[in-house]
Order: sequence, then C-alpha cells, then structure tokens
Amino acid sequence: MRALVYRGPYRVEVREKDMPRIEHHNDAVVKVEMGAICGSDLHLYHGMMPDTRVGTTFGHEFIGTVHEVGPSVRNLKVGDRVMVPFNVFCGTCFFCARGLYSNCHNVNPNATAVGGMYGYSHTTGGYDGGQAEYVRVPFADAGPSLIPDWISDETAVLLTDALPTGYFGAQLADIVEGDTVVVLGAGPVGLFAARSAWLMGAGRVIVVDHLEHRLEKARTFAFAETYNFAEHDDIVVLLKRVTDHLGADRVIDAVGAEADGNLLMHVTSAKLKLQGGSPVALNWAIDAVRKGGTVSVVGAYGPMFSAVKFGDAMNKGLTLRMNQCPVKRQWPRLLEHLRAGYFDPTEIVTHRIPLEHLPEGYHIMSAKLDGCIKPLVTVGD
Amino acid sequence: MPYPADKPSRAPSSEELRARIPGWGADLDPADRPSVPRERFDPRATGAWWDLPEQQPETYPRERSIEHARLTPVFGTTYPPRGVSGAIRRLAFRRYSEARAAHWLLLLAADRVDVVESSVRELTSGRVSNPVATGLRSEVTHGGPDPRTTARRVDHNHRWMDPIVTAGPLVAAGVGAVLVGRRLLRRP
Repeated sequence: MRALVYRGPYRVEVREKDMPRIEHHNDAVVKVEMGAICGSDLHLYHGMMPDTRVGTTFGHEFIGTVHEVGPSVRNLKVGDRVMVPFNVFCGTCFFCARGLYSNCHNVNPNATAVGGMYGYSHTTGGYDGGQAEYVRVPFADAGPSLIPDWISDETAVLLTDALPTGYFGAQLADIVEGDTVVVLGAGPVGLFAARSAWLMGAGRVIVVDHLEHRLEKARTFAFAETYNFAEHDDIVVLLKRVTDHLGADRVIDAVGAEADGNLLMHVTSAKLKLQGGSPVALNWAIDAVRKGGTVSVVGAYGPMFSAVKFGDAMNKGLTLRMNQCPVKRQWPRLLEHLRAGYFDPTEIVTHRIPLEHLPEGYHIMSAKLDGCIKPLVTVGD
Repeated sequence: MPYPADKPSRAPSSEELRARIPGWGADLDPADRPSVPRERFDPRATGAWWDLPEQQPETYPRERSIEHARLTPVFGTTYPPRGVSGAIRRLAFRRYSEARAAHWLLLLAADRVDVVESSVRELTSGRVSNPVATGLRSEVTHGGPDPRTTARRVDHNHRWMDPIVTAGPLVAAGVGAVLVGRRLLRRP
C-alpha cells in the first residue's frame, strides 16, 4: 500500500509499505478515504516528539471503510463507513470506564503519562497513522462509530479531532454566561474553541494570533474580536487594557509546543528540543487571565519540562485545566449542534491534498504558505 | 479611579448575542456539557463489551515504561528497536522512568541516530531518498508572493535554522565518517 513515511526532521515521503494486519482479536483494518494534517503532526514532522522512529506513518484524523475485522469484533462489519477518534482506547480500563478515553491505560506500553494515538510516535504506543491507504484500528468495538449519512465526509474527518478538541477546550475553560474568553491561536482548534465558547454563553470572544489570514477566519467564522500579537509590543498588556485591566475570565491555549512570540523559548524548544514545548502561549494565558480565572490547555506539549510561569499561576489563584480530548464523548452533542445547523466546520478547510502530494502538504502547513488553515488529505479515487 | 466590585460590561447583552450568533447559549448550563462531570463511571458507554480485554501476542520483546506493571493488552508493533538507536531506546526504557529527563533525552538522541542509521542502510541497499528535505516544490506551487515577507509574521526570524535542523545530523555523520575513514587509511 501507499503511505506517508517519516524519514527525519522536515523529511517525509510517500512510498510503498506493508499492509497492516489484524494483531488482536478486536482489531479492524480500515481502508482510509479521507484524512487531515493536524497542527500537532508538525511536532512530529519537526522532530520534537521523542521516539518518533524512521518509517512511522503519521495521521490521527481519518475516516474510511472497514476492510477487515478481527474474530471478536461485534459492532462493525466489512464495508461499514466509520469515523475513527484520534484516541486509541480500550473502553473498559479504570480511566476509560470514567470517560477519560484519551488517558487509556491499556493501549500504550511506552508511557503511562499519555494514552494511545494513531501515528503519533512510540511515545503514544507505536501505532501507525491514517495518512496511508490502510490503517490498523485497535479495539474496533470501542473507538470508531458509523458515519451518519447526513454529514459530509469532510465534516466527519473534522469530527475525529479538531472540532471535538476545540469544543472540549471551551468546556475545560468553565465558561459561564457573559464571560470574556481569550483564545490564543487561530488554527483549527482555536477557531473551533472560539466558536464553541459562544455555545457556552460567552459574552466576548477574543482571538490572538500572528497570521492575518487566520485572524480573518476568526472574525468571519467565530465572530471574534482579533489581535495580531506581532503588531503589539506586549500582548499581555493589550489584553489587560481591553479587559479593563482585570484580565480575561477564561483563556484557552490552543497553540502548544511550537508557540512563537519569544525567540528564546521557540528556539530552545522547537529547534534545540531542550524543552517539552515552547511555553509562550501558556505563559501569556497565565498572565492575561484574571485572578481566580481559568486557563484551559488543549495545545499539545511534549513529555519534557517547559519553563512555565507557575508562580504567577499560584499567586493569581488560577484553575488550570487540560487534557487530550476524549473525542467519542463529544460526538453525540456535537452531532446535535451540527444537525441544528449552528455552524459548518468545513468553513475552515483551505486545502485538499492527495496522499501522493503529502510532502508538499506538510511543507505548506509547516511554513503556513498559501493561506493554509486546515488541509484535508484525499486517499484513493 | 479605584477598581470597582462589578465588571465593567463591554459585552453585548445575552439577548443580542442570541439573536446574532447561531447556537449562542446552546450549552449554557455548565452542568450539562459532554465532559461534565469530568469523571463519569460508565464502562459500557463506548460499545466495549468485555470486562478485561484479551492480550495481544508479544512477538518480540516489546519495550515498555517501567512505570507500567505489565505489557498493555494492546500495543503498536511498528518499527521494533534495532541497531544503535534501538540499543539506546532499550536503555532508555529499561533504566529510566518517564519522570527522568534522561529517559526523554536518550529517546531524542536515539531519534537522531535512527535518521543517520536509516540513511546509511538505504545507501547500502542502493535506494536513496531525498537527503535534504521534501515538499519544497510547494514553495513554487503554493508560495505565491512569499507570505513570510509580505505579511507581519514572527516565525520569519528563525526560518534560517530549519536547514540546519534538517541536514545537521546527516552532515555531522558524514564528516564523522570521513574523519574515521582517513584515520583508518593512514594507519600503516
């Protein structure tokens, strides 16, 4: 089969690879029809995530058709069209039983600090991802769901990570009616978090980024006030000024490990890998939120330490909430919202890239060329 | 002026927002959101029907975190450790917990060694992939007027480091190989 293959930092190619096999009785093999590049794939692409082995296939956002099922699979059959959450999870361990599917303890022997994910290095279990023609899907009875016939394939792909993660980020922020919510980062997750903040009754939604085309999308898709931090000497002071010097009630970090805005932090983390992630956005969140406020973190960080301003968080009495999104837990309510027509998530899709052109897709996404916000990946016909 | 008890309201009223933004307030009740409460015991919520999952066969000595009691019932089998990078990875897993920086730094070092090893392996097998970078064609096909210089962006100032990150380990390995080779040739 054809698959994207990691060769080293900034080097990926599409080549022939062995077909995935059923390795556990509850596995399925899914023939991928559509996928996506996620902002967090860039951490792998840039060589930041420990234990990213040469040959790995990335891709944790994908939908497809069930091609083969293991002998104990009951809920799916060959030919079913499924959307697959980015989490690999068993459904019944201590954590899954309590709804923490992203923290499953039964799928990742390599680490206890992170659950399982498709195509996200051996640190998350060593599973190949869906930027390929076929992919192994463990615990097929727990993870995937049939794609409802009334949603488009593109919407289904966005339901496997970006949309639920943004929606989850707004929930973690504990928003109450009338709150001022700041979202750092206007990538796909930030845009969905900003749009979701309104669902939870926000009174103001402010989005910060340095990419003008993304801020434009934040204004039109998420009805947000926007600020380009590259145009301001100190974005924290600006955010204080526009919140009457109290700070925002809630701040959502939708940036994560490769945050720009402080060259030293970016270089020591993204280039030299001496930190688990650049804490620029997180530190801005801690400083821009009001005392007693909530910081929600859905931006992805690596397992190493980062230079986080913890003293400010403590002295301000903040609540810090964070997790990888338990995707399947979000689906019923999100499907209700989509059926009600509150918004169309595909408005943020900017590129549709064939599998064979994925190396170009990664470069476009990494360098933010061509107004890129969300690139989808088309596989097969 | 001293700071007052009330938050100065710059936000539009809820009625105004409900009229302007589709779905505003659909999840208004903080207690009625999908991930609230954070932990909700329901082991049958996903479709999983087993009490304990079966064990996937271990076909090679699968490396695992020493913080785990046992090998997890399911695991990825892609790219078992091999070569020098594999030895470093096995050491990182055997010796250090996830709490130790040495664990992660060894894994990162192994990643760089893996790049060099796999490049050497490819060269000796006669197959050569692009040694520098891939996807650069999009600079022409999707670059247009270069957005890094036409727009105000803060990622412009560290782009020059990307080629060093990309080719650095390979250049270092090449230089090392030449030095070792010269020394061996000079020996009587």
